[in-house]
Amino acid sequence: MAIQKDFLTDIKPTWCPGCGNFGMWTALAQAYVSLGLEPHQVFMSFDIGCCGNGANWHNVYGFHSLHGRALPVATAVKFANHDLTVVAIAGDGGGLGEGGNHFLHASRRNVNMTFIIHNNERYSLTTGQTSPTTKPGQKTKTALSGAIDEPLNALQLALTAGATFVARGYSDEVTHLKALYEKAIAHPGFAVVEVIQPCVIFFDDENIRERYKPKLHKLEDEKWSPNDRQAAYVRSGDWENIAIGVFYQEQRPTYESHMPQLATTSLLKQKPKQDISRLMKQFQ
Amino acid sequence: MPKDSEQVLTWKIAGIAGGGQQVAGLIFAKACARGGLYTFDSSEYPSLIRGEFVTYRLSISTSPVSAIYQPNQLLIALTKEAYEYCLSDVVPGGAILYDSDKFKVEAKNVRGRKVFPLPLKTLSESAGVKPIAANILAIGATTALLKYDPDIVKRTLQEVFSAKGQEVVAMNLKAFDFGYHYAQKEFDPAAFPFTLTPAKKRGSQILVTANDTVALGAVAAGCQFFVAYPMTPSSSILHNMMNWADETGMLVFQPEDEIAGIHMAIGGMFAGVRTMTATSGGGFALMNEALSLTAVTENPLVLVESQRPGPATGLPTWTEQGDLAYVSRAGHGEFPRVILAPGDASEAFPLTGLAFNLAEKYQIPVILLLDKYISEAHESIAPITQKFTVDRGARLTDAQLTKIKEYKRYLHTTSGISPRAVPGQLNGIFLANSDEHDERGYTIEGFQGPERVRQVDKRFRKVSRIHAELPKPMLIGPKKAALTFIGWGSTKGPMLEALKELKNVNYLHVSAPWPISEKVMKTAVSGARKLVAIENNATGQFAELLRGATGIKVDDVFLKYDGAHFFPHEIIAKAKKLG
Repeated sequence: MAIQKDFLTDIKPTWCPGCGNFGMWTALAQAYVSLGLEPHQVFMSFDIGCCGNGANWHNVYGFHSLHGRALPVATAVKFANHDLTVVAIAGDGGGLGEGGNHFLHASRRNVNMTFIIHNNERYSLTTGQTSPTTKPGQKTKTALSGAIDEPLNALQLALTAGATFVARGYSDEVTHLKALYEKAIAHPGFAVVEVIQPCVIFFDDENIRERYKPKLHKLEDEKWSPNDRQAAYVRSGDWENIAIGVFYQEQRPTYESHMPQLATTSLLKQKPKQDISRLMKQFQ
Repeated sequence: MPKDSEQVLTWKIAGIAGGGQQVAGLIFAKACARGGLYTFDSSEYPSLIRGEFVTYRLSISTSPVSAIYQPNQLLIALTKEAYEYCLSDVVPGGAILYDSDKFKVEAKNVRGRKVFPLPLKTLSESAGVKPIAANILAIGATTALLKYDPDIVKRTLQEVFSAKGQEVVAMNLKAFDFGYHYAQKEFDPAAFPFTLTPAKKRGSQILVTANDTVALGAVAAGCQFFVAYPMTPSSSILHNMMNWADETGMLVFQPEDEIAGIHMAIGGMFAGVRTMTATSGGGFALMNEALSLTAVTENPLVLVESQRPGPATGLPTWTEQGDLAYVSRAGHGEFPRVILAPGDASEAFPLTGLAFNLAEKYQIPVILLLDKYISEAHESIAPITQKFTVDRGARLTDAQLTKIKEYKRYLHTTSGISPRAVPGQLNGIFLANSDEHDERGYTIEGFQGPERVRQVDKRFRKVSRIHAELPKPMLIGPKKAALTFIGWGSTKGPMLEALKELKNVNYLHVSAPWPISEKVMKTAVSGARKLVAIENNATGQFAELLRGATGIKVDDVFLKYDGAHFFPHEIIAKAKKLG
């Protein structure tokens, strides 16, 4: 049985002191332990950014991909070896900006994997530029008079595009987040977990995380039932009275279950059929 | 066969897109193959589905034919535009059948070419067949005029249409008979000098494009996952793979874009499954960032790029060899890669097998560089019997991994190749990292400059071994010649045909245009008295790469970039001028 430290490498994290990433890293490792997973059974793909640098201290099979490209690599690894637990991690820039197209299509495809979006509303690793989730009016290095565009809402996009598990957590609510991760990984289909993670450096407000707390409400306390897509859409769009928890979950056959090629064992375990003699008949 | 000294007969049908000429033409090609004749076909078509002008050409011979010929002996013109555009390619003594229900040609003879009216609508109506069968009616008339064995063509029609039911077979046979008897009665075939005679010895043949043989090659190489976003002229690889998926057990997937496509190809290979992707130049441009990613993670990649004329959307359904220089340098940063450029469908099969072995053995990207001409031209070849020896490269077993105290995926070795583990293996955990990394895969910074240098050197150390495994340039024709053409990829076919006529000329065919070995190339060109690069592009890209890598300077270039491939007679004329 693996324990939490089995999921950590010996590399020292380079995140800023007080970064929400620490809590999220802990919650994920704890979720793997709770689910009875061993490190070699997990594959994680990472985007570029602060979250992506975490690739170095997660002790699992890892692929630190290019910006926006965590999902396509994760999808293919799941196709090739569906015995693996597959988790992809991106920030709001990689997940919704550079990789926005992959996010939409992964949501409608419903491959059995988990997508964690670290939402800090900034491009923090590149020193705090505007991101697709920056709130209008907020000043950044690339929005000197305040951001103009409407922010994207990751969960509303996921719901619209057809994701079958849609949840939100908060980086400081580690126990709550661990439970969300567990549910997401256990969900048979494409599970999206957005984690609100106000950046301690680039919000120009050192108390930003304290200021968020009173706005946050657990869906469990509202006796929320996660089976109404439209209600989930409305509730996840409320940024004054912010809800965390599982907004929506449905059971829909995974993409893999439609593939007769994957019905028995993984592609990796299959012996390729290399005989082309029958295929040549059509060319005669 | 064709009268006089001519070895090749070329047949052409020209009409409007969506009219079924390509299907009809391929049926006639199959009927030739069933008669033991060799064929090579080529289609010209615009980038749309219905309307506008298309042509289908078929060169036929008793010996293997490797290119399409421009002069043709028989033309079927289905529209006035087709008649006017194609008239000049018909040789004196040749014949033109034209759809006299669509337009009229008053003369019975145009500068030595016989003109026969073929009222396709009237004939289809009296035969009681659907308008789409008019092409088959024209095949019937062709068969009569060329005095080819009608039973062979009818057998072909039966075999091709049997899947569509007996009614379709009967309709097409009826259309064929109507056309055949009409031509016999009205055209006086005895006066037409060109004939097609079935060969006495008939081995079985397949009619395949390079796209077909790349797809077959991938299956034979054990590819289990194919991922591609459609793009002309690579799409038929995707279609083949889809059609075969039940039989091969391959997972065939159309992603949201080419960027996803290449990252999925990387992911599949990373997970230990042979994977391939295919695209054309525009899609390849989108994939460039990931070419660099696969290089730094030392992940195998097999990618097909079938070129079409650029820049940008260019001439989407035409041909060019315009991407070689680009593909040889594409991707940010510096890293080794291999480009394999088959000259025809036969060569594309073994090179696909080689591509997988090189990619996995050296953990590098390997690009199969085709172009529209060979991706879509059908060549008749003997059924493929070659079996590949699959080399998965240095892959660690579970037992080997348990014996290693601390597994290092990017271990420094003398060959530069570090043994791989794949996800799921106990004790094999590692990070494939797009950041520069240490032996375990963990990110390093410029503060660790010496490790950065060691990783770069490790990746490039593979190149000397790779050179030894690449196919050597192939000298075709006489050993000594006054003139040596040097080319790569699809110029091979037209060169082979031109060499049948040229005496003091030979051709150096390069099927692995990158990386270039100075030693190999200097040996290869050492006997050349006058070296001329032949390329289907505007700048002589291979000649430029060759000069940069070896200092070898060609004496002249023969370039073509009008959207068409080379024709044998163009090479013959050029050689005579240069020689």
